[in-house]
Amino acid sequence: MSQKQILQAFEQYQRERMKFAQTVAELATRHQNIETLQSAGVMSLLRPLLLDAVPSIQQSAALAIGRLASYNDDLAEAVVKGGILPQLIDSLGDKNLFYKKAAAFVLRAVAKHSPELAQAVVDCGGLDALVICLEEFDPGVKEAAAWALGYIARHNDSLAQAVVDAGAVPLLVLCLQEPEIALKRISASTLSDICKHSPELAQSVVDTGAIAHLARMTLSSDAKLKRHVYSTLGQISRHSVDLAEMVVEAEIFPNALPSLKDPDEYVRKNISTLMREITKHTPELAQMIVNAGGVAAVIDYLGDSRGNVRLPGIMMLGYVAAHSENLAMAVIVSKGVPQLAICLAEETEDHMKAATVWALGQIGHHTPEHARVVALSNLLPKLLSLYLDTQSSEDLQVKAKKSLKSILQKCTYLPALEPLLYDAPSNVLKHVLCQFSKVLPHDSKARRLFVTSGGLKKVQEIKAEPGSPLQEHINTIITCYPEEIVRYYSPGYSEELLERIENYQPV
Amino acid sequence: MARLVKLYDQIEHIKEQFFIRNRIAEENRQKENAAAVKIQSWFHGCRERAYLRYLHRNATVIQKTWRAFSARRYFRQRVKVAYCLMNLNFYNEMAVKIQKTWRGYYVRRYVHNYYARKSYLENLAKKNEQVRKELEELAEQQKRERERLAIEREEKEKYMQAQRLHFLLSTKQRPGVFNSPFRSEPDEMELRLRTVKPLRARSAPKERAVDQQPSGFLSSIERLPPIHKTPQGPFRPAAEVQRQRQRPLEPSLRVATSITALEEAREELRQREWGTRLIDQPFLPFSKDHRNKEHEAFLHTHSPYHQNAYGTKYFREENKVQGKKPFKTVFTTCHVFDKFGRFYSNAGKIV
Repeated sequence: MSQKQILQAFEQYQRERMKFAQTVAELATRHQNIETLQSAGVMSLLRPLLLDAVPSIQQSAALAIGRLASYNDDLAEAVVKGGILPQLIDSLGDKNLFYKKAAAFVLRAVAKHSPELAQAVVDCGGLDALVICLEEFDPGVKEAAAWALGYIARHNDSLAQAVVDAGAVPLLVLCLQEPEIALKRISASTLSDICKHSPELAQSVVDTGAIAHLARMTLSSDAKLKRHVYSTLGQISRHSVDLAEMVVEAEIFPNALPSLKDPDEYVRKNISTLMREITKHTPELAQMIVNAGGVAAVIDYLGDSRGNVRLPGIMMLGYVAAHSENLAMAVIVSKGVPQLAICLAEETEDHMKAATVWALGQIGHHTPEHARVVALSNLLPKLLSLYLDTQSSEDLQVKAKKSLKSILQKCTYLPALEPLLYDAPSNVLKHVLCQFSKVLPHDSKARRLFVTSGGLKKVQEIKAEPGSPLQEHINTIITCYPEEIVRYYSPGYSEELLERIENYQPV
Repeated sequence: MARLVKLYDQIEHIKEQFFIRNRIAEENRQKENAAAVKIQSWFHGCRERAYLRYLHRNATVIQKTWRAFSARRYFRQRVKVAYCLMNLNFYNEMAVKIQKTWRGYYVRRYVHNYYARKSYLENLAKKNEQVRKELEELAEQQKRERERLAIEREEKEKYMQAQRLHFLLSTKQRPGVFNSPFRSEPDEMELRLRTVKPLRARSAPKERAVDQQPSGFLSSIERLPPIHKTPQGPFRPAAEVQRQRQRPLEPSLRVATSITALEEAREELRQREWGTRLIDQPFLPFSKDHRNKEHEAFLHTHSPYHQNAYGTKYFREENKVQGKKPFKTVFTTCHVFDKFGRFYSNAGKIV
C-alpha cells in the first residue's frame, strides 16, 4: 500500500468530519430538526470536534453548538454540563477570527436562557475572554463579544456588575465610536442591558463618558441604532435625578423630538420612555421638557400610534401633570386631555386603560379649572363606568376610583356632575353631592338649573343613613330651596295631591 | 393753852368718836373698796381704750398709707402692662397689615403671577403649535422621501425587467406579447420596451481598463502557456495561477499617466472653454478712462500698490529712499595692494 493511499484515508476522514459538522450546523437552523438532533446525541458528537486539529471543523462545530443551544435551555444546559464552555473559553484567546465569532455566539446562546446559565458562563471565566475579544481589531468579533456580554448582563444585577467589573464598559464605549452600524447597535444595546439594573451600574457607564457618544448618535438615520441609543439613555436616566440631569445636559432635547415621528415604532416608544424617565424625577426636568415642546410632540405621537407603544407617552403626561398645577395646565394647553380621552376609548387592554385613567387623575386633581377641563371632555362617566365594570381588573378599578375621587373633589362644573347623580354608587355619590352642596348655596343660576334638570328630585329620592356625610350633604342642598319647591319635588307628592282631591268635599 | 385744855376736855369725845368713826369706816370699807375699784377700773378702762384707739388710729394711718402706696404701685404696673399689650396688639396688627400686603404683592408678582402664567401658557401653546408644525413638516418630508425612494426602486426594477424582456418588443411585422391586437392600446410594458435599450450580452464585457494601461500588457496573456487543471509537480493550484494572471496591472501613478497628459488636458480645457463661450470677442469699454485710474491705497497698509519689478526687470535691490546716500565704510582700506604696479615691477622689483 503506497503512502498516497494512506494519506487519502486521512484526507477522507477529515473531509467527512468537516461535512458532518457543516451538515449539523445547517440542520440546526431549522426548528423542527432540533428534537431529532437532540435525541441522536448530537452534543456528545460535536464536543470532540471542537478540539479538532482543523480550524474550519472547529468553527463549524462551534456554530452548530451555538445554534442548538439558542433553541432551548435544555440544550444550553447540556452544553454547560458537557463541559464545553471551558474548552471554548480557553481557545477563545488564540484562535482565528471566525472561530472567535462562533465561540462568542455559543456563549451568547447559552447565556441568553436564564441567569443560572449566564452565571455558568461567568464562572467558566467567559467574561475575561469576551472582554479580550472586545479589544480585537475585527468588528465582527467585537460585535459577537458585545452581544454575548449584553445577554449575560441582561439577567440580573450581580451578573451586570460582573460584566462591569470585567472592565467591559470602556471597551463598549470605544465600540460605540466605531464606524460599523451593527457594532454600534449591539454595544448600545449591551450598555442598555448593563444600565437597567441599578444606579451604580448606570453611574459606572456614565463615568466612561458614554452619554456624549450616545447623544451624538441620536441624530443618526439608522432606526435600529436609534432604538438602542434611546433605550440606553432611558435606562440611564431612570435611576436618579443626577443621572437624568446628565442625560439632559447632553443637549439631546429639542433635537431628539423629530424621532417621535420616526416610522419605526420602537424608536418612538423608546424616546417616549426616555422622556418619561426624565420627567418623572423633578418639576424642573419636567418643565424643561415642556418648554422644549416635548409634551406637544408626545401628544401627537399618541395620536399616531396604537396599542402598547402608547404606554410610555401616556405615563409621561401623567408624570408631568403630577408635579405641579402649572405643568398640568401645560399638558391641558397642549391638548393632552382630548388625546387621552381618545386613548381611553381606543385601548382595550386593562393596564393601558389604568395608565390613562391615572394620568387623567393627575391632570384633574389640582384645581377646579383642571377638573373642569377633564369633565368637559366627558370623561367622568367613562371613569365611573370603568370603576363599576366588573370586567376591569382590580388595579384599573382602584385607579379609576382614585382618579374619579380626586377629580370630583375639585370639580365645580355642575352640568358634568349631574349625570353622575343617576348611576353612581353611594361612595362616589358622596363626593358628587359634596360638590353640589358647596356650590349651590352661592349660585342662584345653578340652583335653578338643578331643579329644572330634575336634580333636586333625584337628590330627594336618595336614601341615606341619617347622620352619614351623604345625608348631611343632602340636607345642605335641600336647605338652599324654599319649602314648597322641596315638597313639590319630594317623591310621593303627586299621590298626596290626589289623596287631597279624594278627601275634598265640595260644599 | 386753851386749845390744849379744850382738847383735853374733848379727849373722851374724841376717843369715842374715833371708835365710832373706825367702826363706821370698818363697816363701809368693803363697800368703799368696791367703789374705788369700780372707779379705778372704769378710769383704767377709759384710759386703755383711749390708748388703744390711739394705736388703732395710728395703725390705720400706716396701713392706709402702705396700701395706697402698694396699690398705686400695682396700678402703675397694670397700666404699664396694659399699655405694652395695647402697643403690642397694635404693632402686631400693623405688622400683619404690612406682611399681608407685601406677601400678596410678592406672591402676585413673582410666585403666582397671573399675567406671567397666562403669557407663559400662551407662549407654550404657540411653541407647541410650532413644534407640531415642524414635526408635521419633517414627517411629511420623510414620508415623501421614502415614497420617492420606493418609486425609484420600483422604476429601476421595471427598467431591469424591461431590459431583460426586450426581445419581446413587437416588430413592424408582428406584434409582441405585450401588444395584443385584440386590445385598443398596447400594454404599459410595450411602451417601456420601446424606450429601453436592450441588455448587452454578458459574453462581451467592455474592458475599460485597456485604454489606461500601456500597450503590450494584455497581449502578453495570449502568449502565456495554457494552464492545466491538475498540474503535475510542485506547482500552485490552477485557480491561483489563473487569478495571478488575471490580476489587473497596478501601475504607479507615473506609469499610469500618459506622457502627453498635460497637452491633452490643455486641449480639453480649451475645447470646453470654446464650447461654453457665448461670444468670441469680448466686449470692451468704449472709453479708455479706466486705464488711467490710479489705485487708491488703503489707509492702513504701508506698501504702495504696484507690481514689484524685482526679478522681472532687474535683480538689484533698489533704494526705496531716494535721498539716502549709499553706505560708506569708515575703516581705512587695506594698503597692502595699494601700491601694486606702482612700487613693484612685474618682476617684483621696486620701480
